[in-house]
Amino acid sequence: MDLELMINSFPKLLSAAAITLKLLSVSLIIGLFIGLFFAILRINKNIFISKFAYGYSYVFRGTPLLVQIFIIYFGLGQIEYLRSTVLWVILKEPYWCAIIAFSLNTGAYTSEILRSAFQTIKPGMIEAGKSLGISNKVIFFKIQIPIAIRQSLPAYGNEIILMMKGTSLASTVTIMDLTGVAKYIISTTFKPIEVFIVAGGIYLLMTFIIHNVIKFLEKKYSY
Amino acid sequence: MNIFKKTIFSVLLSLLVIGNVNADKIRIGTEGAYPPWNSKNEAGKLIGFEVELAYTLCRYIGQQCVIVEQDWDGMIPALIMRKFDAIMAGMSITAERQKAISFSQGYADEVASLAVMKGSSLEGLDTPAGINLTKPNAAAKKALKTLTAALAGKTVCVQTATIHQNFLDSGDVGKVNVRTYKTQDEVNLDLASGRCDAALAAAVAFSDYAEKSGKPVVLTGPTFSGGAFGNGVGVGIRKDDTELLKKFNAAINKARKNGDISRIATKWFGFDASM
Repeated sequence: MDLELMINSFPKLLSAAAITLKLLSVSLIIGLFIGLFFAILRINKNIFISKFAYGYSYVFRGTPLLVQIFIIYFGLGQIEYLRSTVLWVILKEPYWCAIIAFSLNTGAYTSEILRSAFQTIKPGMIEAGKSLGISNKVIFFKIQIPIAIRQSLPAYGNEIILMMKGTSLASTVTIMDLTGVAKYIISTTFKPIEVFIVAGGIYLLMTFIIHNVIKFLEKKYSY
Repeated sequence: MNIFKKTIFSVLLSLLVIGNVNADKIRIGTEGAYPPWNSKNEAGKLIGFEVELAYTLCRYIGQQCVIVEQDWDGMIPALIMRKFDAIMAGMSITAERQKAISFSQGYADEVASLAVMKGSSLEGLDTPAGINLTKPNAAAKKALKTLTAALAGKTVCVQTATIHQNFLDSGDVGKVNVRTYKTQDEVNLDLASGRCDAALAAAVAFSDYAEKSGKPVVLTGPTFSGGAFGNGVGVGIRKDDTELLKKFNAAINKARKNGDISRIATKWFGFDASM
């Protein structure tokens, strides 16, 4: 065990963890909107709309994240036509390719989490609102959404942690996140065990923090 | 015994057998993704200069060899952890690597070069044909200055943990935006897609790619040798394995004397890359 290397690599890895957190938070925010959008489509009574939303979540939950990020980064990069369009400004950057892949992936899982949360809302609650003469819009935003959020918190907390670990795949498309920097340090020191232990410890610390924030929120919004 | 137990039992048994068969053979690690040094054919079989040379050297040593595939970025750690006994993977002998492992004498040499897509502004730089960085002369220093100016703010792509990455990190060509990839294939893909302004690798890696893919990849600037680029390619061996190191050095001497190395090199590179 090379303790000195572990101590020396810690600050470098910690600053790389900032990139990991940035990738995570941006993808989660975009993914939450995508998820909410598709969850609403899923509970739509029109069968085509709900099947379309189901298809999206089926494809993105049914394929590995690594394959998705490779298709978006290396796959789309091979299409010559695409490279002459404005889209290339975004797709040229590894960072945005990773964000797109992560957002679409977490969006698919989030849509499922929110859908099941919407479906657990007892029809009586909505009917109670209607009998009081409250409009559908207000029922949706003031009754359905708050209950759905509370219902989905435990599952969504898991999704955040899974996504946090998933961001390590960003290193496969040249992004210097926590895993990327760990690999870089290993490439010059040839000591994978020491460096990966420190990197793993930082991932664990982030999981610990996320886990406790979710637990706090669950308590706060319990009824 | 139900079918599930039977399956587990037979898998364990086969692992045991594989383990024993390889016990007295020399295991040689290679990447299988760096043509023409080492690569794989359509059938997934390892081929290339070093694969053929490895079998030749083993004949001189008088021991059987198995060639093991290993990702490049884990090559040296895998050697240290005894997943195999020797590395033959186009690995240049550098001072940095010699801190971790030993090297045999060099068996072949490569020059590195920058590559760009045809029509790039980096094409046709005003530099000598080749520069040696071990003791850079005036012309080499001037070439580095030219490169520093040309590459400022540009994205240069390299395979991770290579001499090419070390060179760009050394600051000899100023502050360039270095992007690292797991394999040379991925570097080539992103050079062709335009995500990289330039790429740095063994010159033969680019000419091989240009030939096979038909993409307009062209070399630019000088070819590099010496300094961060090391002193030829040798067999990497664990530091405590002095016995095997002696065997490989003797085998390389014999193979060189008999003209085997230069014959195999000419076959795979199209020119004599042996040393």
